[in-house]
Amino acid sequence: MEYFIQQLVNGITLGSIYGLIAIGYTMVYGIIGMINFAHGDIFMIGAFVALISFIIFGLTGVALPIILLLVLLIAMLFTACYGWTVEKLAYKPLRGSFRLAPLISALGMSIVLQNYVQVSQGARVKPMQPLFSGGLEFFKNSEFIVTVSYLQIFIVVLTIILMGIFTYLITKTDLGRAQRACEQDRTMTALLGINVDRTISITFIIGSSLASVAGMMFVLYYGVIDFYIGFLAGIKAFTAAVLGGIGSLPGAMLGGLLIGLIETFWAGYVSLEYKDVAAFSVLIIVLIFFPTGFLGKPDIEKV
Amino acid sequence: MEKKDIIQSFKDSLFTGLIALALFGPIVGLRTVSKGEGLFIAPQWGVVFLLVGLCILGRFLININSARKTEFKIFSSLSSKFSSITEDKAKHFAITGILFAVVFPFLPFTDRYFMDVAIMILTYIMLGWGLNIVVGLAGLLDLGYVAFYAVGAYSYALIATTFGWSFWICLPLAGVFAAFFGILLGFPVLRLRGDYLAIVTLGFGEIIRIILINWYEVTNGPDGITGIPRPSFFGLPFKRSPDEGETSFHLFFNLEYSTMHRIIFLYYLILVLALITNYFTLKIRKLPVGRAWEALREDEIACKSLGVNPTNTKLTAFAIGAMFGGFAGSFFATRQAFISPESFTFIESAIIVAIVVLGGMGSQTGVVLASIFLIGITEMFRDLEQYRMIAFGGAMVLIMVFKPKGILANRKPTILMHGDKK
Repeated sequence: MEYFIQQLVNGITLGSIYGLIAIGYTMVYGIIGMINFAHGDIFMIGAFVALISFIIFGLTGVALPIILLLVLLIAMLFTACYGWTVEKLAYKPLRGSFRLAPLISALGMSIVLQNYVQVSQGARVKPMQPLFSGGLEFFKNSEFIVTVSYLQIFIVVLTIILMGIFTYLITKTDLGRAQRACEQDRTMTALLGINVDRTISITFIIGSSLASVAGMMFVLYYGVIDFYIGFLAGIKAFTAAVLGGIGSLPGAMLGGLLIGLIETFWAGYVSLEYKDVAAFSVLIIVLIFFPTGFLGKPDIEKV
Repeated sequence: MEKKDIIQSFKDSLFTGLIALALFGPIVGLRTVSKGEGLFIAPQWGVVFLLVGLCILGRFLININSARKTEFKIFSSLSSKFSSITEDKAKHFAITGILFAVVFPFLPFTDRYFMDVAIMILTYIMLGWGLNIVVGLAGLLDLGYVAFYAVGAYSYALIATTFGWSFWICLPLAGVFAAFFGILLGFPVLRLRGDYLAIVTLGFGEIIRIILINWYEVTNGPDGITGIPRPSFFGLPFKRSPDEGETSFHLFFNLEYSTMHRIIFLYYLILVLALITNYFTLKIRKLPVGRAWEALREDEIACKSLGVNPTNTKLTAFAIGAMFGGFAGSFFATRQAFISPESFTFIESAIIVAIVVLGGMGSQTGVVLASIFLIGITEMFRDLEQYRMIAFGGAMVLIMVFKPKGILANRKPTILMHGDKK
């Protein structure tokens, strides 16, 4: 039982990270109908920017909460630049061309970003000293002590706060309304005087900033990153987006949590080596039985 | 050009520079270096300023150029001319290409390195043609094609090392195994549409790779399988000193021993395999099942209403494509004599898909051109080992941006209702 609770806590933490990345996939898919393959690598770049800023601020000796806030903002800003540029360079010229073109372009962009980071930052793994230590301990009398570290609490709370801000942005503001309109009918939205290009750019900026927050959490949680982390994390996050129903924002978060939980429970109870297989198998099974995911809208094919 | 335009483009270039600074500043400028226990920052501002300067200059030149309305017309007119030439003389082009490929090993400038590159390009051409059945003809995006390549390679390696059967028996078996995996995967997932299918096949490719890494008892895990038998020339091995009771190739033909013999044999082997794939594809396009693939690619609903069973039709495409992947895989295994899961990563799938799509989906000639171009690019950057994949990815993006339908866009149906009216 205690072991189960521990795995539950770990799974929720991991799920928060996946969920934040999944939002980027689902938003882009919703608005321009393509899988943004480079999103996982944007997440990786976010992790690198966060790592670099942690090292710089770590030398100054500022208090931890201020460092966290600063790193968060810096990572979001710089990673958003990447998201924006990738969209302008690789996707915008292809808008309206045939279905596979943006996907191939995204694949190419993903290869470029990965190798660019490998060249500029080196291929070796980058370890970071843990910033957080300690945590709350439960069930102290039993054999297995459940630990909820402060870092896990930080990750989950930050995710909830960001989700709150994000939901407000999408449901209550003009920007969110424009975005939802673009999702439904781009031509009509343009006729009503909304700058569609700008809305799409902003979608990429928001998606990238959320991915960069996930990257920062990843650095803190695992303490080790390399240029290749974006691939697996990206695929799992995409799985999460599909699981929740692609195009649905609460679905992305739900899917992220589920993928995180499935992965940790599989690793904890079944087999550690095959933990990545679990995520992919779940993806295949879900797509067979719920092709639109849990919260997705049914997809009606029109002639 | 007016003065206003220049000022405008100047401002624009400065903005580009600012963005470039934000992009390159942290990632390139602040390199993290491990030293002892922790990480430290080693600034490289020189490189950053160089890159930013290049971006500003590039943007400024593009702006001035587009103000003059010349744009990239050179590029697009060149490529359209190119595709019209190859379109008209496709047959001549193909025959010349095959003739060149046949005499290639005996040309004076051909050395060991050229042969290796040629074998690699031919392997990719074969994989591209195999995948073209799935992506180009049937219109199913398969991002896990490398899984079948891996299945072919591993089944050849395992059968050959366990039972000691010859290459020519193992080759069809490997193809059958790969086709079986194609059906196994295809059966549940082919009902999915476009992008979902892409991601599921990608997941399947990763599952196969993870199983190969972790299933020590059979696949020997990350260490891979060594000592895979080399192919023999109709029973004559390519060895300097043959075993007792055997005659080797060079003794039989009274030649001086040379390692090139085996390489030239491998070259012809893959050439023949690739040409078989091509011939098969060209023939099957004219059969009912081939027509059904193309029809499905264009309009699935219309197909269904005309009584074509989409699942079975797609399944055949998947299985046949997988079979050719399996053939190519066993060739790879016998050529390398060593395989490990590292050779079957997602990047391989991406390269094969890129070859098919960049060549122009459904175009057999396009696959050849794209393979030569893409593998050639990575070979040209061989000395700059680290930069070759950047160049590769960049080429993918650039071709898509300027020619989204591929180098040779060929989606013309193979048959028309009232003949070929022009």
